[in-house]
Amino acid sequence: MDRAAVDTKIRELIAPFNKKGVELKDETTFANDLEFDSLTVMDFVAEIEDEFDIIISMNQQAEIENFGQLIDAVSKLQD
Amino acid sequence: MSEGISQPDKPENLPGEGTDLFSKFDGIIQMREGLLASGVEDPFNLVMEKVLSPTRAICNGRDTILLGTYNYMGMTFDPDVIDAGKQALADYGTGTTGSRVLNGTYQGHKECEDALKEFYDFDHAMVFSTGYLANLGIISTIAGKGDYIILDIDSHASIWDGCAMGNAEVVPFKHNDIEAMEKRLKRVPEGAGKLVILEGVYSMLGDVAPLKEMVAIAKKHGAMVLVDEAHSMGFIGENGRGVVEDAGVIDDVDFIIGTFSKSVGTVGGFCVSNHPKFEIMRLVSRPYVFTASLPPSVVATAATSIRKLQNAGNKRGHLWENSRRLHKGLTDLGFQLGTEQCESAIVAVIMPDLEQGAMMWEALLKEGLYVNLARPPATPANMTLLRCSLCAEHSDEEVGTILGMFERAGKTIGII
Repeated sequence: MDRAAVDTKIRELIAPFNKKGVELKDETTFANDLEFDSLTVMDFVAEIEDEFDIIISMNQQAEIENFGQLIDAVSKLQD
Repeated sequence: MSEGISQPDKPENLPGEGTDLFSKFDGIIQMREGLLASGVEDPFNLVMEKVLSPTRAICNGRDTILLGTYNYMGMTFDPDVIDAGKQALADYGTGTTGSRVLNGTYQGHKECEDALKEFYDFDHAMVFSTGYLANLGIISTIAGKGDYIILDIDSHASIWDGCAMGNAEVVPFKHNDIEAMEKRLKRVPEGAGKLVILEGVYSMLGDVAPLKEMVAIAKKHGAMVLVDEAHSMGFIGENGRGVVEDAGVIDDVDFIIGTFSKSVGTVGGFCVSNHPKFEIMRLVSRPYVFTASLPPSVVATAATSIRKLQNAGNKRGHLWENSRRLHKGLTDLGFQLGTEQCESAIVAVIMPDLEQGAMMWEALLKEGLYVNLARPPATPANMTLLRCSLCAEHSDEEVGTILGMFERAGKTIGII
């Protein structure tokens, strides 16, 4: 799956968690813009992990602050 | 006159003035001030002026029934245990002033480890200075960079801190979710070391893990398994060895972590294992090496208490009776509890929010009952809980009194 396809799929997965309908750009942050708390992060990460059959460890999550970084990380992990 | 003297030695207006390293705590300081401004007694500043027994104390000047101490087996005032401590204090002095690997291993520390080996029927036992250090010391040492730790998201802080300290890849799964655990295990890269960390009883809601299924799956995928049995020792399982014994998987787990600060009734932590190379931990585990060992009186009380817990069948029975009665009584009164059935000696009462939780906590304290107030972020799903832990020494009459106190306080606050 190329970066654009990963982007499209993750936009689909994030929808139920993006309760305020915040516009998603590469620089949109999970903590501030999307206001994800730790529980939301866990559920959202689990969705992505199951969809792409990958592990995003907590160590890797710590490096991912915005939407663009997530797309990059998932694109790389599913190779 | 030097020109320099009229120069200020630092800029007058620093960027970010008024902030320092403590600014990150402003949120929690405000939350605390907000809570205290409502006039409630500070739930996190209680002083027990006098302790009368495992179940009674004078708290903030009031005679109080203790229902939140994790003193499950009521060993803190056991006469044999107290005598052993007094004797060790007289024979060996007040403290070891040294690490276990240098001058801090006395006869008592070995005897305490022997008592643990016998209690669990395991080959090796290692005593740490606290339960927190036991988790930190084992997890951070065995799971290092490049290894994978698969753990329940509701794990205790000491487990998380052990994971962080060891630098392993940390992969949490949804609480008690067998399928979520297996999916993650399957995705660990080929050849990487794997450690699965579970708890027998989770202390926030008092629920038990499906260890039979989880341990089997972990083993199927070639992972080592560590189970924290802090909240089950002495009363779950035929010999009080914990949920691992009750679930019939004790022979399949690689490490059991436990504490002396609950059922055993003193302070300290331990790990038991059958791994043939386990003893090397004494040289490579930094939280074991770089801290002073437990005082001789503490290991003497622990060893005596552990040996008594081996044959405490009647006490165990009474603790279960108490727990089931409180669970049913509170359910019947209309309180919302953390588990549908009574699964352990912890009964967690779910509060609508922190403010009402603090009011209920204070109302109970004024009735003469101490419970734990647990609040986010220590709690799952950001719940506010009144956590009750039963003791084998609570009398039938006391349990009746406790239910009456909950009924009056709950009606006054408007929760039931």
